[in-house]
Amino acid sequence: MNKLFYYVKSFMLWELLKGMALTGRYMFARSITVHFPEEKTPQSFRFRGLHAQRRYANGEERCIGCKLCEAVCPALAIHIETEERDDGTRRTTRYDIDLVKCIFCGFCEEACPVDAIVETRIFEYHGEKRGDLYYTKEMLLAVGDKYEAQIAKDRADDSAYR
Amino acid sequence: MEAQVIQFFQWFWNLFGLWDLVWSFVAPAWPLIWTLVKIIAIVAPLMIGVAYFTYAERKILAYMQVRVGPNRVGYYGLLQPIADGIKLMFKELIVPIRSNKFLFAISPVIVLAPALAAWSVVPFSNGMVLANINAGLLFILSMTSIGVYGVIIAGWASNSKYAFLGAMRSAAQMVSYELPMGFALVCVLLAAQSMNLTDIVNGQQTNAGLFGWYFVPLFPMFIVYFIAGVAETNRAPFDVAEGESEIVAGFHVEYSGMGFALFFLGEYANMILIGGLTTLFFLGGWLNPFHGWGVIGVYTDMVPGLIWMLGKMFFILFMFLWFRATFPRYRYDQLMRLGWKILIPFTLIWVVVVAAWMQTPYWVWSSVQG
Repeated sequence: MNKLFYYVKSFMLWELLKGMALTGRYMFARSITVHFPEEKTPQSFRFRGLHAQRRYANGEERCIGCKLCEAVCPALAIHIETEERDDGTRRTTRYDIDLVKCIFCGFCEEACPVDAIVETRIFEYHGEKRGDLYYTKEMLLAVGDKYEAQIAKDRADDSAYR
Repeated sequence: MEAQVIQFFQWFWNLFGLWDLVWSFVAPAWPLIWTLVKIIAIVAPLMIGVAYFTYAERKILAYMQVRVGPNRVGYYGLLQPIADGIKLMFKELIVPIRSNKFLFAISPVIVLAPALAAWSVVPFSNGMVLANINAGLLFILSMTSIGVYGVIIAGWASNSKYAFLGAMRSAAQMVSYELPMGFALVCVLLAAQSMNLTDIVNGQQTNAGLFGWYFVPLFPMFIVYFIAGVAETNRAPFDVAEGESEIVAGFHVEYSGMGFALFFLGEYANMILIGGLTTLFFLGGWLNPFHGWGVIGVYTDMVPGLIWMLGKMFFILFMFLWFRATFPRYRYDQLMRLGWKILIPFTLIWVVVVAAWMQTPYWVWSSVQG
């Protein structure tokens, strides 16, 4: 009897019709698409986007050239050269991040003892020719200078959870 | 129609007093010219239909998947198919170096040409047909089955394992599903007692409106024909020939640019053809579904038959897209099992049932002509 019922059901295409009813219903459902350039999804303050180098309030760059980020970077995307300055502190002469290699894991940010290298919320950037995505120290500092207010606010918000 | 066109040209050329001269040149070739005009009148809307069917497909699939679909090119993305067409035209034609160049070039044509040729016998309204031949149904069957050669040749000539596997699958599938399709049409043939497509539709003209159409007595055959039609055109859920997740794109994996576009055109022209044929055989073609239903019937009879025909075709084509949005792809052995072990025996039995039924007084579908 069960078997007969099964055959009748499969010849009536019952399950197929049920599936079609479902998709038919969803056809009139509101679409959940975010129309990207016009609309944007909210971001976390832990968002890991484009890198930036920060400065102290007095304009001195934070990075002390400890190379912890270079050591921790799993993609080997960071390249640092340092020298001792006249005032006895150690600073970088080169600080390059190859964004093509970078996997945006955020380890550099975690490793940094002075919060110098950070990842910002910026994710809509591009390079037009080869090498455009090889960010040097000057470019990173420029990003940091431009977005310092946002970066500082994100760090402050995040500190409550640490 | 033909007379009016000739009259118009006669009036136009008589403005210059040249009609006799012009007609003496044109008259011998006139039947050819007129046929060409009719062919263009069928093929041009068909090509536009194919273009916008791809748009409809993307939009409807998107809506069923709670997305938006193409909406960047023109209002609501309406120029998207044109942008796609231009892109395909300007793309580089890549010919695999170890391929058979001649067969590689000719196979898209073999796929597309029969898909277009079959339209020559499809009536769009009463008498609105390019070639009203008596063996129209046979012509359709033979034309739609030529397409499979294009698929096989494409897969063979590409000299690529994925293309070859896709072609093998496609060939086996199309040959298997041709049988239930043919048997379903035998039932229509029995009911209509004619192979002329215009006669088949006119045989469905009764005072019962849509209940007089053959999908009522032949309902299982309607379903079978439609399933076989979906399988014939290699559409989801029977698209193992393309099987994106297994064999990339199947038989046309090595094609680029216009070669690929021709396969695409052929596939979609075939889909629209199946939509048109299902309409003609089972859904009363250009007939008014409310004919003979009192006042509604009288008013809806004023709608031209072409509108009904196209409306029914849109409905069938929408079902194609609905299937694609709903059903996962059949596994290859399941597909073969459905074709050979379920559809073919089922249709065979139903042919006998219909033939027997027609001998009894309970068959009322051919008696109430009107």
